[in-house]
Amino acid sequence: MSHDHSLNPETMPEDPAKATMEGKHKFLGLWIFLGGETVLFACLFGTYLALRNSTAGGPSSQDLFGLELVFLMTLLLLTSSLTSVYAIYHMKNNNFKKMQLWFGITALLGLSFLGLEIYEFAHYITDYGFTFRSSAFGSAFYALVGFHGGHVVFGLSWLIAIMVRNAKRGLSLYNAPKYNTFGLYWHFIDVVWVFIFTVVYLMGMVG
Amino acid sequence: MSIATTQKRGFGAVLWDYLTTVDHKKIGILYIIGGGFFFLLGGLEALLIRIQLIKPENDFISAGLYNEMITMHGTTMIFLAAMPILVGLMNYVMPLQIGARDVAFPFLNSLGFWLFFLGGILLNLSWFTGAPDAGWTNYAPLSVQSPGHGVDFYVMGLQLSGAGTLMGGINFIVTIVTMRAPGMTYMRMPLFSWTTLVTSILILFAFPALTVNLFLMMFDRMFGTAFFDIGLGGNSIIWQHLFWIFGHPEVYILILPAFGIFSEIIPTFAKKRLFGYTAMVFATFLIAFLGFMVWAHHMFTVGLGPVANSIFAVATMAIAVPTGIKIFNWLLTLWGGSITINSAMLWTLAFIPSFTIGGMTGVMLGSSVADYQYHDTYFVVAHFHYVIVGGVVFAILAAMHYWWPKMFGRILHEGMGKLAFWTFFIGFHLTFFIQHFLGLMGMPRRYWVFLENQGLDTGNLISTIGAFFMTFGVIVFLINIIYTAVKGEKAPADPWDARTLEWAIPSPPAHYNFKQLPLVRGLDPLWIEKTEGKGKMTPAEPVDEIHMPNGTILPFIMTLGFTIASYGFIYQVDHKGWLIAVYAGMAIALGCMLIRSLKDDHGYHITKEELEREAD
Repeated sequence: MSHDHSLNPETMPEDPAKATMEGKHKFLGLWIFLGGETVLFACLFGTYLALRNSTAGGPSSQDLFGLELVFLMTLLLLTSSLTSVYAIYHMKNNNFKKMQLWFGITALLGLSFLGLEIYEFAHYITDYGFTFRSSAFGSAFYALVGFHGGHVVFGLSWLIAIMVRNAKRGLSLYNAPKYNTFGLYWHFIDVVWVFIFTVVYLMGMVG
Repeated sequence: MSIATTQKRGFGAVLWDYLTTVDHKKIGILYIIGGGFFFLLGGLEALLIRIQLIKPENDFISAGLYNEMITMHGTTMIFLAAMPILVGLMNYVMPLQIGARDVAFPFLNSLGFWLFFLGGILLNLSWFTGAPDAGWTNYAPLSVQSPGHGVDFYVMGLQLSGAGTLMGGINFIVTIVTMRAPGMTYMRMPLFSWTTLVTSILILFAFPALTVNLFLMMFDRMFGTAFFDIGLGGNSIIWQHLFWIFGHPEVYILILPAFGIFSEIIPTFAKKRLFGYTAMVFATFLIAFLGFMVWAHHMFTVGLGPVANSIFAVATMAIAVPTGIKIFNWLLTLWGGSITINSAMLWTLAFIPSFTIGGMTGVMLGSSVADYQYHDTYFVVAHFHYVIVGGVVFAILAAMHYWWPKMFGRILHEGMGKLAFWTFFIGFHLTFFIQHFLGLMGMPRRYWVFLENQGLDTGNLISTIGAFFMTFGVIVFLINIIYTAVKGEKAPADPWDARTLEWAIPSPPAHYNFKQLPLVRGLDPLWIEKTEGKGKMTPAEPVDEIHMPNGTILPFIMTLGFTIASYGFIYQVDHKGWLIAVYAGMAIALGCMLIRSLKDDHGYHITKEELEREAD
């Protein structure tokens, strides 16, 4: 049994992320974890739906939201999901450089999304005095969108960490599962955002 | 690392071994020791509660302390005693039963244990400054208004230990899906492994609701948000919904493994294969599914309206059907078997009627109209102690007698086992049977005192006497453990002439479990080999080197970081200087995560030569 996990065209399996037992475990484990995450966000959505009209005299969703900014954020995050698919595609072709490149673009798009989100929150707080504490609506809004933003922060730190760590090492059966599980996680964050876009922003605009 | 584990080692070496272990068997034992410790603590709290209620208008403990006592008793017993001991058993036994060498994520396994344990310690440290006092259900707005830091400790302690449990759940699911031995198809899995799988699915979908709920409570108490603050448009019923969306599956998280334990013990000691195996698996799934559909039966008196109440009442009563399937299948397994009665079997036989009583009162409580009479009385207290003590605790004690030889290589003393059983069993019924009637006569739960001459005096006295019987039983069990450790009879690999894979390997097993993975040819694989005269498992592979994970201290340090940060969160409300603890703790925890992610850890291999040197 060989303990060398580095890859060349001869040793390259069809799907390096799931070629080892550990890779299989991580793949399934992350899917199951995302099942739990779904419940987590479902509870936050439920709380938000229950409290979204409880403005206690403060600003309401119609006063606050602007669709231009949110549309841009949605575009950035959805595109970052697409670029991570390209990265995984290149992983399966054993093209490490292109994989790093596309994951790099993913990270940049994610960071831009995060920047816009921070701008959005700052805008609400400074221009409207709409904070985590100002009403039950405020608490529920920042909890739901903030939890999503927290997931983005965690995902970006994770991605940048493994990209830097493996920059000089190339792809191996040991690190391929790490990139792959990140990809799955990133798609999940994207799906949650689609729901936030619909439930929080679109439904918030039409009341 | 050497295979020889028999030589004597110093205390420091053993401690370091357990702090860094990623072996599912050692982690299982740690869970059982940790859970056992909290069980004794929770039991002590129960005893103090019963002493307070021994006579009318007693002032043994103060009203405030009494509130802390009932809160901590419930929280400790559910989160820190019953569940961890069951998780410990799953950890130890399930990989052996499915023929695996470890769990899928050994690192996560260790991390899960330390999160549970330090979370529990954090919660109990609140005793020094004022424990949580809003009941184990911690309903808002009472809990939001509760002065001091008690409820903060509840929030942070449960957040930590809940995260640990969630990791354990994910780990077990992946292990069962990917690591079954050759031939171990799903429908050949022992029932205990099945219930481990289904319980893990329940954990996966139930615990995030608690996580969110605890976050909302944390934000309200520590950062001034308005989730449960009516003045700013908040809604305190959200706490109840989220709590019970988690909380009702939680009781099935406790009882399903118990069902699994009995489904192992009964076939072994009745010498018959489990009656209705397929129906048992199906019933397990049905209970799990329905368990998510009934949370509002804890909220019948909230005022959700007749339609919601009716739907939840019907769903609740429907659970009696799969549970009934199980009860009858156990009875029919016993029917015509050649039954051995020992301590494990006594607990099992006592479970059937005791749990059935709890189930019957459950159906009574499930009737939403009648529930207005029972709600928050001792009838409810009696009901859930019948299912949790009569179900879960009996199962844990049965499992201890059954698997002790496998875990520690010695058989628990039968005489003391029987003495502990009879005193605990009698004490249990003395304590809780009378509480049904106290409840029906109108005694509310959680009250510090009751008045004289209202027909409650004798009942409460009997109940307290019963609590002392139970205490005596537990003490005898502890003495039994010590006696067995010193002088207990050495256990062979298969002391019970049992049926499943864990009995095909030595007691206690080698750290790699199976030298060669066994070939499984059907349900009850070891029994099949026995009936065909072979008596041992056929290997499914030649002797070859075994890949093992490295031990690591990271999970412990990571958890320590989270614990320090939790402390900081609790006290930063008083003084912002405590934010340093938050930052330092999170830095430690995240730093450990980074090391884990970036430092390569390929594990090590036990060579073929080493394995061949080992005797069979």
